[in-house]
Amino acid sequence: MLNYIWLAMVVLAVVLGGINGRIEEVTKAAIDAAGGAVTIAIGLIGVMALWLGVVKVAEDSGLMKLLSRAIAPVLKWLFPDVPPGHPAMGSMTMNIAANLLGLSNAATPLGLKAMQDLESLNKAPGVATNAMCTFLTINTGSVQLIPATMIGVMAAAGSKAPTEIIGTTLAAGVAALAVGVAVARLLQNLPLFAVRRQEPEARPGPPASEKPGEGA
Amino acid sequence: MASRLIDVVSTWAVPLFLVAVPVYGAIKKVKVYESFVEGAKGGVQTAVRIIPYLVAMLVAVGMLRAAGAIDLMASALDPLLSRIRFPSEILPLAIMRPLSGSGSLGIVTELVSTYGPDSFIGRLAASAYGSTETTFYVLAVYFGAVGVRKTRHAVVAGLTADVVSLLVAFLVCRLAFM
Repeated sequence: MLNYIWLAMVVLAVVLGGINGRIEEVTKAAIDAAGGAVTIAIGLIGVMALWLGVVKVAEDSGLMKLLSRAIAPVLKWLFPDVPPGHPAMGSMTMNIAANLLGLSNAATPLGLKAMQDLESLNKAPGVATNAMCTFLTINTGSVQLIPATMIGVMAAAGSKAPTEIIGTTLAAGVAALAVGVAVARLLQNLPLFAVRRQEPEARPGPPASEKPGEGA
Repeated sequence: MASRLIDVVSTWAVPLFLVAVPVYGAIKKVKVYESFVEGAKGGVQTAVRIIPYLVAMLVAVGMLRAAGAIDLMASALDPLLSRIRFPSEILPLAIMRPLSGSGSLGIVTELVSTYGPDSFIGRLAASAYGSTETTFYVLAVYFGAVGVRKTRHAVVAGLTADVVSLLVAFLVCRLAFM
C-alpha cells in the first residue's frame, strides 16, 4: 500500500513541480526534508531513552505486568491476539493514557515501545500484525481530553472563549477512533490485506520475556 | 471545572510517574539505576532505526508541498464537499493534516488569525486539527521502529479515521457554533 502511495506522492510532486515551474523548490524541499528527518530522529533519542528507562524499571518491578493484567479485560476485545499479561498490554495502555492527557513527548516513546512488544508476537517479521494495525489506528487518530496546542493557538489569537473547542474536538476524535478501529477490524480479514505465508494462528505461550534485541 | 481537573492531571502525570515507578521498583528490590540505564539504551537504537522510514516519508511530503500539490488537491475536492456546504477555506488544512504536523499547524494558525479565533472557520479548523494526528508521520515512525514494511490495512484505516474526524468536526461545529 505505502509502495503505491509513496510512488504517487513523488511522481505527482515532480510532475506538478515541473508544470508549476517550481521544480527547484521541489529539489530543495527533498534535500531539506531528508536532513530534517534525521534532526527529528536524533531529537527523539533523549525522550526515548528516558521513557524506555522508566518502563524498564516498571517491568523489572512487576508493575507492567500488574498494569497489563488490570487493563486486559478492556483491551482484550480490541487486541484478541495479545495474551493478557503480555508486556504489550502495559505499554499500549501507557501510550493511550499519555495520548489522552496530551503528553505527546511521552506518548511516542511509549507507543514505539508498545510496537516493539507487539513485534515479539509477530510471526511474519516485516509484515504488520492485526494488533499493530489496530494500535496504529488508535494513534493516527487523536482523542485528547484537553487539546492544549489548539487552546494555546486560540488564546494567542485573542479568543474570548478558547476552551469552547474542547467538546467539538473530543467528539470528532472519539467518532474517528470508533470508526477507524471498526474499519481496521473489518479490513484485517480481507484477502487483499492478508498476511502472506500465513500459518494457523497458534496461541503464543506464556507472556514473552523481555526481548531487547527484537528483529528489525 | 472538569477541564481544570484534567489540566492538573496532565501537569502532574509525568512527574508523579517518574517518581512513583522508581519508588515502587526500590520497594520491590529492583536496582533502579541499573535497570533504568539498561532500558534507556534502547532509545538510541530505536531512534536510529526509524531514520530511513522518516526520510522516505518526509521527503515525499516535502516535495508534494513544494510542488503546490496541497492546493491542487484541495481545489479538486472542493466541488464534492461544497455540496454539503463544507467551507472551502478548510480544505488545504484537511489535505495537509495527515501529511505534515508543522505544515497543518501553520495553516490553522493562519486561518485562526485571518477569520478570528471565535469565528466558525477558526473553531472548525482548531477542532479538525485537534481531533486527528499526522497519520503518515505516525505510520512511518511506528512501523519504522519495528522494521515493518508491509503495512497491510493500516493506511486505509488511518485515512478513514481522518476523513471521519473532519466530517464529524464539521457537523458538531455546525450544531455548536452556528
